[in-house]
Amino acid sequence: MSADGHNCCRNYTRSQLLRSAAAEAGKGLPAVEPGMPVPAGTGLTRRKFLSRSAGLALAVYGASKLPIAAFEDGIAQAAGNNRVLVSIFLDGGADALSLLAPVGDPLYASLRPTLALAPDQGTAFSEDTRLRWHPAAAGLATLHGEGKVSAFPAIGYTSPNQSHFTSRHFWEIGEVEVGFRTGWLGRYLDLAGDNENPLQGLSLDGSLSPALATASKPVAAVDSVTDYDFWARVDDPVTDEMFSSFGRFGAFAADSAPMTQTRKAIARAEKLRRDLRQFDDFSSPVPYPNGSFAERLAGLAALLGEGMPLHCVTVSAPGGYDTHSDQAEDFDRNIRRTCDAVLAFQRDLEARGLADRVLIEMWSEFGRRPEENGSAGTDHGAAGAAFVIGSRARGQMVGEYPGLAALDEDDNVRATSDFRGMYCALLEEWLGHDAGAIIPGASAFARPALVR
Amino acid sequence: MPEPATTTIASAAATRRPGRGRAKVWRDRHWRWVQNGDGTVTKRAYWKRHGRKPPRSHPRGPGPRPLPRPQTPRAPRAGQPFGVYSGPFGRLEATRLLNRAGFGPAPGQAERLAKLGLRRAVFSLTRPAGAAALHGPAPVGGDGEAIAPADAWGHDHLWWLDRMVRSDQSLVERMALIFHDWFATSNDKVSKQQQMIDQSNLFRARWSGSFLDLLKAVTVDPAMLQWLDGTENTRRSPNENYAREVMELFTLGADRGAYTESDIREAARAFTGWRNEWSEELGAYNFRFDARRHDPDPKTVFGQTGAFNWEDACRLCVQHPLHPSFFVEKLWSYFVPTPPSAETSRELQRIYRLNGSAIRPVVEATLMHPDLYLGAPMVKPPVVYLASLLRRLGRGIDTDDWAWLCGQAGQMLFWPPNVSGWDDDRWLDTSTIRARWLLVTYALEDRYMEAWDESYSTTETATQALNNALSSWAWPALRAEHQNELLALSRRVQARATEEWQQSAYRALRQNALRQLIAVSPDLQLG
Repeated sequence: MSADGHNCCRNYTRSQLLRSAAAEAGKGLPAVEPGMPVPAGTGLTRRKFLSRSAGLALAVYGASKLPIAAFEDGIAQAAGNNRVLVSIFLDGGADALSLLAPVGDPLYASLRPTLALAPDQGTAFSEDTRLRWHPAAAGLATLHGEGKVSAFPAIGYTSPNQSHFTSRHFWEIGEVEVGFRTGWLGRYLDLAGDNENPLQGLSLDGSLSPALATASKPVAAVDSVTDYDFWARVDDPVTDEMFSSFGRFGAFAADSAPMTQTRKAIARAEKLRRDLRQFDDFSSPVPYPNGSFAERLAGLAALLGEGMPLHCVTVSAPGGYDTHSDQAEDFDRNIRRTCDAVLAFQRDLEARGLADRVLIEMWSEFGRRPEENGSAGTDHGAAGAAFVIGSRARGQMVGEYPGLAALDEDDNVRATSDFRGMYCALLEEWLGHDAGAIIPGASAFARPALVR
Repeated sequence: MPEPATTTIASAAATRRPGRGRAKVWRDRHWRWVQNGDGTVTKRAYWKRHGRKPPRSHPRGPGPRPLPRPQTPRAPRAGQPFGVYSGPFGRLEATRLLNRAGFGPAPGQAERLAKLGLRRAVFSLTRPAGAAALHGPAPVGGDGEAIAPADAWGHDHLWWLDRMVRSDQSLVERMALIFHDWFATSNDKVSKQQQMIDQSNLFRARWSGSFLDLLKAVTVDPAMLQWLDGTENTRRSPNENYAREVMELFTLGADRGAYTESDIREAARAFTGWRNEWSEELGAYNFRFDARRHDPDPKTVFGQTGAFNWEDACRLCVQHPLHPSFFVEKLWSYFVPTPPSAETSRELQRIYRLNGSAIRPVVEATLMHPDLYLGAPMVKPPVVYLASLLRRLGRGIDTDDWAWLCGQAGQMLFWPPNVSGWDDDRWLDTSTIRARWLLVTYALEDRYMEAWDESYSTTETATQALNNALSSWAWPALRAEHQNELLALSRRVQARATEEWQQSAYRALRQNALRQLIAVSPDLQLG
């Protein structure tokens, strides 16, 4: 969020602080505003663990009584043929009216005097002629053209909450009440998951996504802090020479117990570094754009290609979408990075023959206000956009675009689909589990047909 | 390349003939490099080497600087009988002493210490005069502002690390670190950095005197009273936490038949009576003895019965016949990695008893013992490792990063893992080795060679490169296999620089790699 920090509202910054503070031992939690929910998973015990079989430095959450060795066994023994759900979060409230711009809506240009997309920009959205894909979302448009994207042009819930923190919390827990300590995917894993395989719920962002917070089953985050790099101001080709010398420090004869201990630790560290680097150096069958998000998706595809037992995966899209000012540039850059990477990921899965196993769910905590503000930005809105992406996605729009003439009492877009309905459908159609035990009041929500 | 402090330039200027006043001085430019045998080389004048003027034909010196001769230590010898080490006491022995009793040598310090001889060297550490002075720039955080040890997260760690790096009484800091581990108290429960710092100051003030006095002071130290529930321990609801640990970890040791569960329960009653106030603003404060909370009835501890109070309980532990052996062997374990022989242990116990349970005489006897110099090396604890690197570099505390990096390396000061302190046998694993690597990377932060602007030499030879890197770390003595490996690395990199644009860049990268590897080599991890 640093690159976009100048754009953030105060509330947003504070919520980010609170979330990151949970992991910063010793600093304690900053003061929480009354009524602000605690993110699911806060306070879960966290143990660091280098998985040799997965080639990953993991932070494992939950299941604190299990010995670390059990996780290694669990990963090695778990079957890797499950379906995979990848949740991509657009952090900050992405502007649905830019993603799928209603250039055919007569009110659009007047509400968005500086931000409106020109009628010929981007690609036409075939399912509703009023809408056009933002040019930066070309990757999604391409996949939509192939029938691999189910778009939710106005997804949300009744009585929308415009706090980043609270609304995101609702999406993470799959309920519109504060106070749940487990995420919707976490509750699914608690019911259907494995006792010893933390990779079944994996955050690619360094700390656990609250959506994955479980009550009893182990889940993990690829821990950015313990990514096993040995950084020094040395470049190729000297790096290789340096590490081969380092490795030899671990191989010489030792004449005392402390020397033996030192040599062993150096030798093991150097071996592990090489093993993990092999994973870092995985080759992708298709080109990816630059950036850490694309790298994470490329790594995810490689992990799946290796047969790693992943099941529910979360990752944050690059940048922040809390575009209160100068929206156009930030939005363009961030959406482009996101959609280009998603397209490459889908192509990667197709090349690896994995595309039938993986479904992506892309979401944001809310959309933005139709009327732009005075600083070429937009403020918090209500209904936003979400997408279900993949070869097995049905590729049909869910809920209609409601138009700008019928806004809610806060002048925000009304929701035409409920995110909990999407969750129920994903659980039942994709993950094959009754949603009733996971999403409160599940029976009340219409299940869109999402999977083909 | 700056001239290393270990190099002395002898010249005939120092040998002015008497009676000639300030007449023109003959200068000997016919220097040669000579190996000193301790991992240093020195320029030595012809006159010094041969006792006469050089012949006309003699080439002027000194020629290319040779690499210092690598040091292949003698194989460690098993435990020695009690005594004072009588072998050579040179730079290497002085370095080991400084690694064990302090935080490694500052540039030139080991050479100066070696000149004193063993006894005076040890006494110069254990009997400092006056108050400690801190030399060099005061510690600042990453923002350049003065650190806030009592308030900012991690700055308590920086505050102590700074003393380890800069204090001219490094043994006092080392003893404080030893007792921080011995009476391991964590801010995890105390939650007040100032109280933790106060406890460490208690160790600085009392490290040398009577162990009983130290134990009493620790027993009623506010941080300890919170850590082991001393103020929760009342006559109505006794809490055995402190009584148990004082016997098991502080004075007697577990499974030695020194005490029973009943001794713990009875001693806990003797420790009753301490209390404190608590407020939102101040946290825990106003620690004091309150006789109304004390259990005045008779207790039976170690077979003795009386209306004991907390001071009596401390005294009974220190007077216990199994205490001296526990004390001297635990203290020994901080300085020597293998246990003392039975004879050595007996002798140290005798010294301890003869001096009325004074700590310093046992420290001195341990620091002079042959086992320290002839035995195996020890793995440096992470903060000792870091402090020794910074001392070699002459770098003060100027970044917050040391707090989390030391945490990753396994030793955040004021946050020992539990009441038994850090496990000195387990400093190294794949995760902490990586953290130590990063400590080196961060320590070298401002000292890296820029590789891609062609500013670095295009002609530096493999030998010169290694000399340069060794110089940057104040000439640590390397084992032969390590030094040869580094020289081989140096040559391998040079062989790769075939294009003109690679000459400067690869040499700069080589220099960075050599500096990194010297510091992560076992030679500097161990001490």
